[in-house]
Amino acid sequence: MADQKLDKKDRMKIPRTSMPEQDPKERIHNFSEVPRGLEIEMAVTEASRCLSCAKAPCVSGCPVEVDIPGFISLVVERDFAGAARKIKETNSLPAICGRVCPQEEQCEVVCILAKKFKPVAIGYLERFVADFERENKLTQIPEMAPASGFRVAVVGSGPAGLTVAGDLIKLGHKVTIFEALHKTGGVLVYGIPEFRLPKKIVQAECDYMARLGVEFQPSTVIGKSDTIDELFEMGYDAVFIGTGAGLPNFMGIPGENLIGIYSSNEYLTRSNLMRAFDFPNYDTPIIVGKNVAVLGGGNTAMDSVRTSLRLGAENAYIVYRRSEAEMPARAEEIHHAQQEGVQFHMLTTPIRFIGDAEGKVIAMECVKMQLGEPDDSGRRRPVVIEGSNFTMEVDLVVVAIGNSSNPLIPQTTPGLDINRWGNIIVNAETMQTSREGVYAGGDIVTGGATVILAAGAGKKAAKAIHQYLLTKKDSLVKG
Amino acid sequence: MPKVLDNVQIGPQNWKMLVRVPKLVEKARPGQFVIIRVNEAGERVPMSIGGLDRENGVLTVIYQVVGKTSALMTTIPAGGEILDCVGPLGLPTHVKKWGTAIVVGGGIGIAPIYPIAQAWKAAGNKLYTIIGARSQNILFYENEHKAIADKFYACTDDGSYGHHGFVSDILKQILDSGEKVGMIMAIGPVIMMKVVANLTKPYGVPTWVSLNPLMVDGTGMCGGCRVAVGDTTKFACVDGPDFDGHLVDFDLLTKRLNAYKEQEKNSFHRFLESPGCKLADSVKTLVK
Repeated sequence: MADQKLDKKDRMKIPRTSMPEQDPKERIHNFSEVPRGLEIEMAVTEASRCLSCAKAPCVSGCPVEVDIPGFISLVVERDFAGAARKIKETNSLPAICGRVCPQEEQCEVVCILAKKFKPVAIGYLERFVADFERENKLTQIPEMAPASGFRVAVVGSGPAGLTVAGDLIKLGHKVTIFEALHKTGGVLVYGIPEFRLPKKIVQAECDYMARLGVEFQPSTVIGKSDTIDELFEMGYDAVFIGTGAGLPNFMGIPGENLIGIYSSNEYLTRSNLMRAFDFPNYDTPIIVGKNVAVLGGGNTAMDSVRTSLRLGAENAYIVYRRSEAEMPARAEEIHHAQQEGVQFHMLTTPIRFIGDAEGKVIAMECVKMQLGEPDDSGRRRPVVIEGSNFTMEVDLVVVAIGNSSNPLIPQTTPGLDINRWGNIIVNAETMQTSREGVYAGGDIVTGGATVILAAGAGKKAAKAIHQYLLTKKDSLVKG
Repeated sequence: MPKVLDNVQIGPQNWKMLVRVPKLVEKARPGQFVIIRVNEAGERVPMSIGGLDRENGVLTVIYQVVGKTSALMTTIPAGGEILDCVGPLGLPTHVKKWGTAIVVGGGIGIAPIYPIAQAWKAAGNKLYTIIGARSQNILFYENEHKAIADKFYACTDDGSYGHHGFVSDILKQILDSGEKVGMIMAIGPVIMMKVVANLTKPYGVPTWVSLNPLMVDGTGMCGGCRVAVGDTTKFACVDGPDFDGHLVDFDLLTKRLNAYKEQEKNSFHRFLESPGCKLADSVKTLVK
């Protein structure tokens, strides 16, 4: 039992709580969420480990600077909904971030407890309070500024767009979110699987935005149906572009267009958004592999390989050209994949795919790699070991090696500057693009990154858009 | 939700659906496509634009019953709704004055070639139109095509109407006549587009084709619609759907279109036997 009167020493003696999880043997047969969430007493005990230190390095470790000691002390006081509201002052999406943020390299890594013990489980607590608030229907409409008369168009309903919309609507602006797909949430619905982020949570966040007055227009492809310029003609005063990752990268090796070779975007979209895992009750089919190789070492690769197990793979492999130390995936995701029986082939890369007469992939030829000198990313460059070729039998391959930018908006927006990779160039402080009144953030600016970085970019952009609109108002009054 | 104004059978296996989508129709150009989702459990299926009534904001979709989704589409009555109709997607077909230009439409491809023919005619081209199908009762849009074509040819595989043979026979006659042809556009079954492209290559006449690979999002995000064109892989949804027919790997396209053959067959048969299927027994026999 937690006690507020515990002294520092006693607090430090409490071991970090561990997250209850679904048993790996069971969970590879279902799509239900793997971590079950903390119980109330576990949360209060964990919260009491926080020393509420004056420096609060965790706050500066957080891309959106959540008042972490502030919300944790409310958990100790058992004001869980209050704690959720405290987080929401700076982060609109706590139930999502509590699940998918890499806390171990942001807020938790700098926790002063981490020097001698384990850090406070900030992510678990964030998830706990957000779930508590939602499940007990304690979500409140926050204080809203009076209507400003300005209208803002947000393109894309992923974490960046939702954050911009949530912040601007509270400041009194009218906000419309345009989404190309038929469901809102962007990567949160098409990309991240149910077992890591239940779709009902994303839906609840979108419903909350709608309650605040945000208007959603799904199945609308900006750049095709309307251009950015036409949005201004329609009366929008500012535009935020948060269109996300864009076109999937492929290896560029022979045989890559064989049947049974998916981009991770396609594989995950079929399963998550289109619910192909429930075919034929849902109409979208998906290829179910027996021997599945997922190429890449990021979170998307882990999501894909774990999806393949749940769809019935007998052997699920991660094939990655560097070693485990260089894998960009969260440690937790790698750990979960290992628990579930994923086989890791490190320092391995395919050089061609082999198909049968029907054009289906049946094998891939690989080479082994060794690590050489560090490259631009600071990671040691993998070098092919000559003569190390071998063949892997596979009937499904998922290519999860990142995305390049989507051209639809840059192609149709004169004067919008992009870099050589096609990403939109912005002012790092304001997220303003080369066009007045046009802001951008998330993966379309940075290339593949994380949910919280996209949300952080959305925060900055919302602030700058608000300032821009105020200036516009002044000039309108004076003009 | 987009309203269905009409949905009628126009051939043994073909239907014509009119959907009111004013914004989409205002923006759409010939050669682009749309993605339709019929109901909550439904697929996202790309559909060609078979006509644009800009005055009334009405899109024409001609579809052939080949699987569950198209069969399901036939059950929507006039006055009913579909869940989503998103677009326009893809790049429009090039419209330019080339002199003499030929459009070739086979089977269901007779529909999307029509708005292209209209645009090419309006651009001042001498327009030759060749349409073909297995049999006379599958042909449609004959009057529409005739009304704008400088020369019009219909072909049937079984000889029940027009030229007894393939669209490529007529095309070869025109090319052999020595008349200078500036551009050819062919839309139809993959095998037809392949035959046309192979035929025109030695004559050196630019020949474009509109490809219909499987898609999910239609905005470049999934990469499921990749096609091989020359030495490069292209995404049909954002780089196409039109490509240089002389460079397209049609065999790869055919194989990739069959990726889910078994699943699709099972799902279709399950639907045909369900109470939700309102297809006439004659159609059921035909599609089975």
